[in-house]
Amino acid sequence: MKHTISVLVENRFGVLSRVAGLFSGRGFNIESLTVAETEDAAVSRMTIVTRGEDRIIEQINKQLNKLIDVIKVVDVTAEEHVERELLLVKLNAEEKNRAEILRMVEIFRGKIVDVSAKSYTVEISGGDRKIEAFIEMVRPLGMQEMARSGKIALPRATGAPAPKAKKPKSGG
Amino acid sequence: MKLKGAQIVVESLIAEGVDTIFGFPGGAVLPLYDALYGAKLKHILVRHEQGAAHMADGYARATGRCGVALVTSGPGATNTVTGIATAYMDSIPMVVLTGQVPVGLIGNDAFQEADIVGITRPCTKHSYLVRDVNDLARTIKEAFYIATTGKPGPVLIDLPKDVLNATAEFEYPKTVSLRSYNPTVEGHPAQVKRAFETMKQAKQPVLYIGGGMILANASAELVKFAKKTRMPVTTTLMAMGAHPTREELFLGMLGMHGTYAANMAMHECDVMVCLGARFDDRVTGRLDAFAKNCTVIHVDIDPTSIGKNVVAHIPVVADLLDVMKKLNALAEKDATDWDDKHRPWLTRLAEWKSLYPLRYEKSEAGIIKPQFVVEQAWEAAKGRNPIWTTEVGQAQMWAAQFLQFDGPRTFLSSGGLGTMGYGLPAAIGAQAAFPGRLVVNIAGDGSIQMNIQEVITAVQYGLPVKTVILNNGVLGMVHQWQELFHGKRYSNSEFQMNPDFVKLAEAYGAVGMRITREADVRPALEEAYKVNKPVLMDFVVEKEEKVFPMVPAGGTVKEMMLL
Ligand SMILES: Cc1ncc(C[n+]2csc(CCOP(=O)(O)OP(=O)(O)O)c2C)c(N)n1
Repeated sequence: MKHTISVLVENRFGVLSRVAGLFSGRGFNIESLTVAETEDAAVSRMTIVTRGEDRIIEQINKQLNKLIDVIKVVDVTAEEHVERELLLVKLNAEEKNRAEILRMVEIFRGKIVDVSAKSYTVEISGGDRKIEAFIEMVRPLGMQEMARSGKIALPRATGAPAPKAKKPKSGG
Repeated sequence: MKLKGAQIVVESLIAEGVDTIFGFPGGAVLPLYDALYGAKLKHILVRHEQGAAHMADGYARATGRCGVALVTSGPGATNTVTGIATAYMDSIPMVVLTGQVPVGLIGNDAFQEADIVGITRPCTKHSYLVRDVNDLARTIKEAFYIATTGKPGPVLIDLPKDVLNATAEFEYPKTVSLRSYNPTVEGHPAQVKRAFETMKQAKQPVLYIGGGMILANASAELVKFAKKTRMPVTTTLMAMGAHPTREELFLGMLGMHGTYAANMAMHECDVMVCLGARFDDRVTGRLDAFAKNCTVIHVDIDPTSIGKNVVAHIPVVADLLDVMKKLNALAEKDATDWDDKHRPWLTRLAEWKSLYPLRYEKSEAGIIKPQFVVEQAWEAAKGRNPIWTTEVGQAQMWAAQFLQFDGPRTFLSSGGLGTMGYGLPAAIGAQAAFPGRLVVNIAGDGSIQMNIQEVITAVQYGLPVKTVILNNGVLGMVHQWQELFHGKRYSNSEFQMNPDFVKLAEAYGAVGMRITREADVRPALEEAYKVNKPVLMDFVVEKEEKVFPMVPAGGTVKEMMLL
């Protein structure tokens, strides 16, 4: 099963290699990994998306905790949380495609962030279902390049109203 | 007080209570060696940096204190990697100081530059590259704290040359504050109680003890607890010495070359109490046939050890000393008639012990049996409070099987990594800590050659370590596997040639002895123990001898091969 693990680490030289090395050295899988500073410049947040049986996920959590520079590990999958990913995709913008692209961007609440004679670059943010759905929809139109940020996540504030049952867990 | 980085290192080590360090100089650490000149720190000049790391490790295992090694950048640092990995696998507290090229040159492929922090990342508990002399004292304080607390392990500090030359205000910090590192120490009382209640229900319990018991300095508590609750004890290779071996409750070592009684006890028990061990594959064999019909209690300071290989029904993450004290307190107040409850089980175990003891066939043609040498090495050492070290292979296993132990920190062996070449430098490290004790390394003729250069170090510093070479002319353990599992195709496991160990010893200024007759074994050992010099004893032993019992790798107790 897919898990999103949020890791607060000391914002220090070499931390990324310790975390990445832990995953490669122990044969854990990484689907995506993002890292950047938090509100406290001395602390970075890594969001790691990984896959594995419960036993493996438990090991990943424990092994991460064991790293000296790791301050806190939360498997947000198990909790109410918000997660987002950013997609940038450069689409063929031939005459016949343009309307369709604009329509898709509208439906998915995206933005066109760069335009040239032959291409539109679109920005979409959301959970992975939304991102994947968008990619599915526009792929037939001709995709030149694409970049995904990898997922970031935060647990929901405690006391916030619980989301309605139907709302997809990944948000967006 | 303003000091140079190099002096800060020396003063910090002294403030940490370090008395001896093991090292080898080079360009990048020249400022540090300069600061050592005339300092109140004993430095032992090794002959190969791997030796320095193993000596620091041996020193740490024998004393329980943190070992320290000091080497230069590049090749000096890379030469320590095996020693660091050895300490890491066995959770040995150690601080390794490596030189590094000046900060401005890092990353430029400078002369003798190696990314030693990167290279050792997977085999250190933590590591530092110090870029600012103002961070130096705090970093050293943290390194010692991390190395020696929680689950101990090696910590590396990389020291760029310009940092060693820069000056800073020096005051050694009194405390460490690391928000990201708080080793759990206390066992949750309710969980410990639950564990104890489970033991009270058991009819066929077994105490399965790992190296953590020794690391936690909890052996005395273990002995007390086992005695009170009449629970049988088996130890891993790493825990030899945690419980006296010549006692009714002791079943011997378990695992691949463990005793019949120990492995059967593990197989038949209803409650398995794992204290400071980690269910290594050499212990469990095939996992799906291991511990299937028992309740598992697992106490370890390292949460990652719990539930990694075997499901723990009652997990306790804690320092073993604390847990053992709590267990003893519970046992103290408890009225259970343990002996009565365990009588049938203990009777069965006693039968297994007497039916299938560790044994070997006496020699026929007067050829010396290696097990006999080990037995005699122990007999001859009685009353001398010996510390034993081992190399790796058959000799190591025979040492674990045929030596007897009365207390912890007397058997130093590379268990997790299985490093040939460990025994001699580890013995030197232990002897440096305890100059007056008898320190004996049990070696194979292969392993001893892996760090033989350190004999001269022992001679130079007057450290009279004794090495028992069980010379079978082959890489015995490899030979055994080839015989049993590769149709006797002895690919590259037979030494066509070996050096003359007697002459070699003499060339180094040590004492050399060759023993070829059984009758000479004991007198040779007695003599070697008496001389106040390092001794290499070359015992020419039976080549075809195998280590039994043996549970084949990935096998089950059902497949245990007995003699
Ligand atoms: C550094 C290293 N290289 C290779 C091995 C693999 N190995 C394990 S036991 C063994 C044979 C050891 O031979 P020897 O030291 O003569 O001891 P014996 O088994 O004959 O007692 C070897 C090669 C190892 N453990 N360590």
